[in-house]
Amino acid sequence: MSAGTQSAPLPRRGAARPRAGFAAALLHRLSGIALALFLPMHFIALGTALQGADRLESFLGLTHNGFVRAAEWGLVSALALHMVLGLRVLAIEWFATRERTALIVSACVAAGLAVGLLFLLGGA
Amino acid sequence: MNAPVPNAAPRDPTVEPAAGAMLTVRIRRDDGFQTFTLARRPAQTILDVVTAIQREQDPTLAYRFACRVGMCGSCAMMVNGRPRWTCRTRVAAVAEGDALTLEPLRNLPVVKDLAVDMEPFFTKWTAAHGAFEPGETPLGDFAVVAPDSPERRAVDAGIECINCGVCYAACDVVSWNPDYLGPAALNRAWTLINDVRDQGREARLDAVSGDAGCQSCHTHMSCTEHCPKALAPTFAIAGLKRETARTALRRFGARHFRRSA
Repeated sequence: MSAGTQSAPLPRRGAARPRAGFAAALLHRLSGIALALFLPMHFIALGTALQGADRLESFLGLTHNGFVRAAEWGLVSALALHMVLGLRVLAIEWFATRERTALIVSACVAAGLAVGLLFLLGGA
Repeated sequence: MNAPVPNAAPRDPTVEPAAGAMLTVRIRRDDGFQTFTLARRPAQTILDVVTAIQREQDPTLAYRFACRVGMCGSCAMMVNGRPRWTCRTRVAAVAEGDALTLEPLRNLPVVKDLAVDMEPFFTKWTAAHGAFEPGETPLGDFAVVAPDSPERRAVDAGIECINCGVCYAACDVVSWNPDYLGPAALNRAWTLINDVRDQGREARLDAVSGDAGCQSCHTHMSCTEHCPKALAPTFAIAGLKRETARTALRRFGARHFRRSA
């Protein structure tokens, strides 16, 4: 046995380890923010229809570039992810589901990404 | 110190360490981490470890315990980053390569070394109206509570809390919002909401429905995951969310749609 020896302090006391519930809440929040940011653009696009079909078509033409396509894929994935994680919260709070948090969160993320993949395969 | 180890399973790796094995323990103290080395022993608990260090190496080490058998809830601390009862946690079950890191409970002010000040925890317990409210005029007779009634079952689910503070230390919302009442106080409030004898329901629902109340819970499930009594404060908080929402709707209806007599 040895007497105590001083060593350098670590950062922030009791830093939380990453956990499935925390990851689920983080993804839920981030996907929700992404959807909230998208909504105004969605309404702008719909609003152009009020000014005639040509105006709408020209606006939709902007969405054919690769960056917007990639963003659409992200958006569809975020929408699916937000929905399944919301269903998870409802299952916990209404039906007292407590088992296998990590498995359920993983399944939620997989479901979100699967919907995104279907969107890509659907010829988006 | 712990449950007797049956002789029939002397080589259980979660109980019996290898001969001569040593344990390296890093303990957070006022001026950073201090490292101690001591021998591994059969069925050794974390509480055994800090007690051995205090008795044999550094008598100034401060920590708190009372019953040693998981009844009092006073010995909780962070063990390798997770809040646990030290008396009921075996070293073999949590050591990472013969190493342990011990810190005081998260989300509470430190008194000294591994002992924390529980006052904010109990202040919030009181703020959530955690005391039974018998009312000004006691009931005329005993309340009849059927054991299988939904209210009694809801109380049973949370009544065994011994206020050890493990859920409070595990809660991320408390670390973000120091005013948040925390899982234990809200769990206690939910047991009283379901107590048919209690007369303080309306005031208690008001107390738990503010910015620092049940609606702030993010459903991380950390409290439920870490509770050494296997309680589920998450579900108690969910019950409070439903009940506060129902009460708000009822009050809104009463204010705007009630016919004047």
